[in-house]
Amino acid sequence: MIAGVPLDLAFAWGVIIAFAVYAYVVLDGFDLGVGILFLAIRDAEKRDTMVNSIAPVWDGNETWLVLGGAGLLAAFPLAYAVVLPALYAPLIAMLLGLVFRGVAVEFRFKTERWKPFWDAGFMAGSIVAAFCQGIALGTFIQGIAIEGRAYAGGWWDWLTPFSLMTGAALVVGYALLGATWLIMKTEGGLQERCYWLAWPLGAAVVALIGVVSVWTPLIEPTVATRWFSWPNIVYLSPVPLLVAAAGFGLYRALKARHESWPFLFALGLFTLSFVGLGISLYPYIVPRSVTIWEAAAPDDSLLFTFIGAAILIPIILAYTGHAYWVFRGKVGPKEGYH
Amino acid sequence: MFEGLDAVFLARIQFAFTITFHIVFPALTIGLASYLVVLEGFWLATGRQAYRQVFDYWLRIFAIAFGMGVVSGVVMSYHFGTNWSVFSDMTGPVLGPLMSYEVLTAFFLEAGFLGVMLFGRGRVGKGVYFFSTAMVAAGSLVSAFWILSANSWMQTPAGYAVNAAGQFVPEDWWAIVFNPSFPYRFLHMTVAAYLATAFLVGAVGAYHLSRRRQDEAARLMFSMAMWMAALVTPVQVVLGDLHGLNSFEYQPRKVAAMEGHFEALQNGAPLHLFGWPSSEERRLKYAVSIPKLGSLILTHDLDGPVRGLEAWPREDWPPLVIVFWSFRIMVGLGLLMMLVGLASLWLRWRGRLYRSDGFLKLTLVMAPSGLVAILAGWFTTEVGRQPYVVDGLLRTADSASPIDAPAVAGSLTAIVIVYTLVFGAGAFYLLRLMGSSPADVALEQAERPTRVARTAAGRTKP
Repeated sequence: MIAGVPLDLAFAWGVIIAFAVYAYVVLDGFDLGVGILFLAIRDAEKRDTMVNSIAPVWDGNETWLVLGGAGLLAAFPLAYAVVLPALYAPLIAMLLGLVFRGVAVEFRFKTERWKPFWDAGFMAGSIVAAFCQGIALGTFIQGIAIEGRAYAGGWWDWLTPFSLMTGAALVVGYALLGATWLIMKTEGGLQERCYWLAWPLGAAVVALIGVVSVWTPLIEPTVATRWFSWPNIVYLSPVPLLVAAAGFGLYRALKARHESWPFLFALGLFTLSFVGLGISLYPYIVPRSVTIWEAAAPDDSLLFTFIGAAILIPIILAYTGHAYWVFRGKVGPKEGYH
Repeated sequence: MFEGLDAVFLARIQFAFTITFHIVFPALTIGLASYLVVLEGFWLATGRQAYRQVFDYWLRIFAIAFGMGVVSGVVMSYHFGTNWSVFSDMTGPVLGPLMSYEVLTAFFLEAGFLGVMLFGRGRVGKGVYFFSTAMVAAGSLVSAFWILSANSWMQTPAGYAVNAAGQFVPEDWWAIVFNPSFPYRFLHMTVAAYLATAFLVGAVGAYHLSRRRQDEAARLMFSMAMWMAALVTPVQVVLGDLHGLNSFEYQPRKVAAMEGHFEALQNGAPLHLFGWPSSEERRLKYAVSIPKLGSLILTHDLDGPVRGLEAWPREDWPPLVIVFWSFRIMVGLGLLMMLVGLASLWLRWRGRLYRSDGFLKLTLVMAPSGLVAILAGWFTTEVGRQPYVVDGLLRTADSASPIDAPAVAGSLTAIVIVYTLVFGAGAFYLLRLMGSSPADVALEQAERPTRVARTAAGRTKP
């Protein structure tokens, strides 16, 4: 036990799933961001470069989403069985968005006549997937009603002003990740364009983090208590302060025309938001209905899978790192797909 | 369009639709990944350019098939929860770990090395490149291992207990993973994936041979595919028989539906070649049968006793027509594929393998035979398990999410539209790639390395 948290298998699985979701959000976040930026960047050669920058890695990035799903089923089957029906419409839309995004990466290089169509599919699929993930996040924060072992809310409960705001916020956030990723991976006119785009995107992301931080405690008193009661407010104050610092760092890095630091500061903003979210939601796996321990599978299931995860995740990180290393450096329009 | 249909039925249609689309691509991925390893290995060992030419040719096709497998697979991984939440809650402690191991040991492995395989030839050494190709192939096989273990557990559950909440909980992981039908299903499906790929590769080779007899790459792919067909189809027939015996022991209800047996037969059941099973009349109409052969196949004894569907209550019968006919389609195609393989041996011996127009046409027509057989086989085994989702323990009707019919109808409509568009286009691009001649692809490839080498060496500033 540390500070009232039992360090058992259920908690360890909570950490693993949080890590998988985090890895998904930041990694596929920049992939989806590249798709979202098709809104602003229309030039054919630039678009080829953009897609080539993610072509060797997007598939691995998306795999973290599958690990999140499978891990949730294994470790917290009750949560999997409640949360997914609660998010039915946005999840189906997200999955179909990811279908379009994924195949468009391949198909747009296979055709000249239909390339505009698949470009639109790449863009729309990325936007829909990002927006729906943001809606899912907002719905999750607001809490999910259950009765017995099943979801007990309505089919439109996910549609609220708050969830629409978090949906839009994630689209903007992914666009920032995408822009800073492209600053790091490209050069010339495309990089220049992304420097320009990163300014307003960065400002919007910091502002939206502020909006979520104010809105969440307003709709959910327990979140307000967690953050603003004494002495928590002292212990937790580094989180907002670091957000401010990361925002300032992003501003400085863009101004100084650094190539890698803008991406790292954007990652920092996501990381801090994620930590903040964890602080707000703990100990729930289905917010304010089911805790990590109430949803946990039996220890036999948790242990069997934990052994594999503990051994394999470091190995996965190693060879994934190798793939990024092989494709390090700047990409051009002709590299990758033809 | 969907009025009057209940939510569970719509959810079943949706699952059947998405998984039917999906399974085609993993099957191709399993087969092609291993084929590419073999080609790259032979190229490294012999230096013969045709191997490399065929490798480059199929790599482009592999990339599209893999992409479509990934995106349709992500849909599957969430589909259990969105539409089958009770099933997920009840079986999660047993099946969730198997699927998690699939992600950890297979999906990441494939994805982690796929980038190098598709785009990295100019950036890594030959050894690393070959290793990456092998890892992608290994990942596809490991993936089949876990997901077929999970599916087989639903067919022949073992090693579990039931807790107070009604969940299946693990008692013995070894018994769960290696449940009674798993070894048979795993071998049968893996070999099926290899054969389906071989018939596709063979058909593409035949197509290009019929246009240019001297095309060395086309000869090579045709020859390799026909060796697979000749040597492995008989193995598959034996594996299919073993799988059938296993089902007869553990899932006799399903086998009775496959065979169209209604009444118990104590001394020798016939083999029904054709017919129309009617659950109302409780008999096989218009049956064309061979006496005693059914018992011979199922019990390896002419007079072996065989149970009929009457041994189970009517509400436990699966949909008979689908099971009966999909099984016959699978077996019929399998036997036809074996004949093609044997014919290729004879033609090869006579020195006419590449010259017989009739045979080239036949293999071209057989292009989708393996994939259709795989789908038919899965329809047999999955529909044959109905009305249960975990055989004998959890009914499909009790497994669905509490989602209203209009919501499922809406998602089903959206999925049908998107899949038809996306996978229709994908099939078109695949066919067009298969239509392009290996010689042209080789020319195109020859222009590449210089450029890749330059960008790799000249612009690696971190």
